[in-house]
This record gives sequence, structure tokens and C-alpha cells, in this order.
Amino acid sequence: MVDKIHVKTTINGLPQEFLVDPFMSLLETLRDVLNLTGTKEGCNDGNCGACTVVLDGRIVDSCCVLGAEIEGKTVETIEGMAGPDGLHPLQQAFLEEAALQCGICTPGFLVSAKALLEREPEADEHRIRYWLAGNLCRCTGYDKIIKAVQKVQA
Amino acid sequence: MHPFDYVAATSVDQVNSVLAEHGKRARPLVGGTDLLVQLRGGRFELDVVVDIKGVPEANVLDLNGSLKMGSAVSCATVYENEAISAAFPGLMDAAELIGGIQIQSRASMAGNLCNSTPSGDTIGPMIVHGGQVNIVSSSGSRTVAVEDFCTGPGRNVLEDGEWVLDITFPAPSSSFGAAYERFIPRNEMDIAVAGAASSLTLDGSGNISEAKVSLAAVGPTPVTVGAIGDLLEGKTPTAENFEAAGKIAYDAVSPISDMRGTIEQRRHLSGVLTRRTLAKAAERAKAG
Repeated sequence: MVDKIHVKTTINGLPQEFLVDPFMSLLETLRDVLNLTGTKEGCNDGNCGACTVVLDGRIVDSCCVLGAEIEGKTVETIEGMAGPDGLHPLQQAFLEEAALQCGICTPGFLVSAKALLEREPEADEHRIRYWLAGNLCRCTGYDKIIKAVQKVQA
Repeated sequence: MHPFDYVAATSVDQVNSVLAEHGKRARPLVGGTDLLVQLRGGRFELDVVVDIKGVPEANVLDLNGSLKMGSAVSCATVYENEAISAAFPGLMDAAELIGGIQIQSRASMAGNLCNSTPSGDTIGPMIVHGGQVNIVSSSGSRTVAVEDFCTGPGRNVLEDGEWVLDITFPAPSSSFGAAYERFIPRNEMDIAVAGAASSLTLDGSGNISEAKVSLAAVGPTPVTVGAIGDLLEGKTPTAENFEAAGKIAYDAVSPISDMRGTIEQRRHLSGVLTRRTLAKAAERAKAG
């Protein structure tokens, strides 16, 4: 048996310290060690993007990252998205545009879309669709999600 | 899943020593987009994964005419570099279309190479850009051409204890062009049914002085078709000549039928994508 690893990191702006099995994914670490269950497991093999988080400024599939890898890094999850004044504009737009049905993919879409708009506020529809290609949704058919992102840009 | 340990290495020597100690039971980790999925799926067992992203030499991205790309450099880091994208267009094409943004943020071209699947999008472009792989271990180092690296599906020349530190590409001349395209049923986020990487160099009178084509997902390893270079050298970059090159590609590949496509479809795609990528490479070569 391998020993747990001690990790010090920053999650949603707050310092965090925890012990984790070295073979545990960041997704499992967030959900099962830190109780941050907003990040969802979809495929667990890097295809669906439901587990998307921001790691040192880049979106990644947290199922393809080890929890031990975030030592000294910064992670942003869906839990960090709404502020003290309420929902993030993207979250509000997803509600208003009905850009979700079952909701499993939604945290991943929101984290990805937020990262896009921070980098490229003027992204056109083609770019939005391309950027979000790593996030799969089996309910909405995507159009409502794209409209919600565009609503925030307007 | 078999429990494995995790080592965040900070030096080449540290990676060498972990791999020397554990042999087949240890592997380097970069993006994890293949390795962690394979471990979880029980494809093989490891006792240790060695994270090489903290090794400075594996993070080198040095454009100085030639390009030295460390094995931990992510695809996104490559295509966000405008100078490298302009000088190495074949690498840029592949880095921008592999996986989605999440995968591109983590995965490296060296990782794609070491995974050695015939469909690896970045391998053909690295071949036609003349990539040389710097393989290191506790007993020294050796250089292998990207073209000679893969030996079968998921298999390559790496021996126990060896890993890839970086890949170097020669400086392209001003009349060099390259391109990569693949066919997938979606627009993004899929594995190539077939892919083609082409490069060519034009001489002072606009004739082709060198041409290389490497095809993906149509054989047990990337299929580099030397006969196309022989055909095109000395010829003009015309649609007719590229059509003839496509016919050679059609005959040169040895694809299988599987859930992604049939043998005939893959042969057909090999011809079409060869023609298209040669034409795009020629346009880029003319544009300098």
C-alpha cells in the first residue's frame, strides 16, 4: 500500500491542506476529500468535460489530473463562480435561456465558458462552439448553451 | 485500479533514478490524458508515476531557427506561440485540433508520441517536420527520428528506464510549408479515421526539392510514404502531381476496418488528405 500525500494548494482563492492517495484523481479529490461536489463525473476518461476545472489558469478535465498534482497550484471550481452578490452572469444567463436540462454537464460548461470569456470576451459563435467542444451535453442540443454565453457578451 | 505512488520530479536525474529503480512498473506523467485513463481502465499496472512537469529541461520551448520542444510542453503552449506556429505550421495544425481545449491544456506532443497510437494526430506532423527525439536514461542518451520511434500500436523504441526529454526540429527554409488534416465524423473532439501530414520545400524556380507525407490511422504505425517524395522531387506543385501523390498514398497504406471506418474508406481518405495537405503545404511554402 502506498502512503497518502500531503498537499497544500489554493482552491477558489482559499488555502487548502489535505491528505490524498497518490493515485486519486483531482475529480475524486475535490468530491470525496474536499466535499466540493459541484464538479461532476461524466465519462471519467477525458471526453465529456463534466469535470472541467481551472488549473493555474487553464481549463482541464479533473479526471485526468491527480489530486497530488495540485500541490502549490491554484484551482477554480464551480463553487467559486457565484459571488457574494449572487449568481455569476453566466449562471444567470443559463437559467434564463434554459441552457440545461439534467444539469450534469452544466458546471463544466460554466467553468469552460467563464474561462473563454475571460480570455476572449469578443469570441464569435464559431469560437464559442469550438472552445466548448470539449464539453458534451446530451439534453440541450447546444444551441441554448451558446445563446446563454452570447447573452452575457451582449 | 492498482494503487500507485506519485513522484513530482524536479530534475532529470530524479526521473532517471525512479525509472531505473522501477523499470516497467514506472512511467513518466505529463498530461495524464492517456496514462491515467489507461491505468484506470486496467490496461496495465504501475507502482509509480513520475510527474516530469517540474523538470526544467522538459519545459524548454526554444525557437532559434530550429525548435527544441521539451516533453512536458502542452499543445496549447505550442500553438499560443505565434512565432512557432508560423515557422512550424504542421505542428500548429495538429496541436490545435487534438482533443478539446481541456486536453490541449495538458497533453504534450511527446506524450502523444510515447502513447504511440497509429491515430496520434501530432506524430505525422512531427515526422514531416523532421523531428529528432532525445531519449534519456540513467545510462546516457540517444537520438531517434520521430519517424523511427513507433514500432506498433501502443509500442515504441523506448527501453525500460528510458524516457523522452525533448524533441528537436531543424530550422525550416523560407520556402518550406507543412500541413496536417484528418477526417472525423464530428467537427471537433474525435479520433482520426485517417489523417495526413505533408511537408514540402520549393527551390528557387518553384519546383519541389523535397516532399514528405506521413499518414495516420491507416497502419500499425504512422505510415511515411517515401515514394511520394521520390515522385514529387523536381516536379512542379500542381494539382495533377498532388493527385498522383494521392494515388500512391492510396496504395501504400494498410488500414484495418473498425468502428471508426472501413479499409476502403481509409484508403480513399489517405488519397484525398494527401492531395489536400500537399496543396496546403505548397501554398504555405509559396507564402514563405
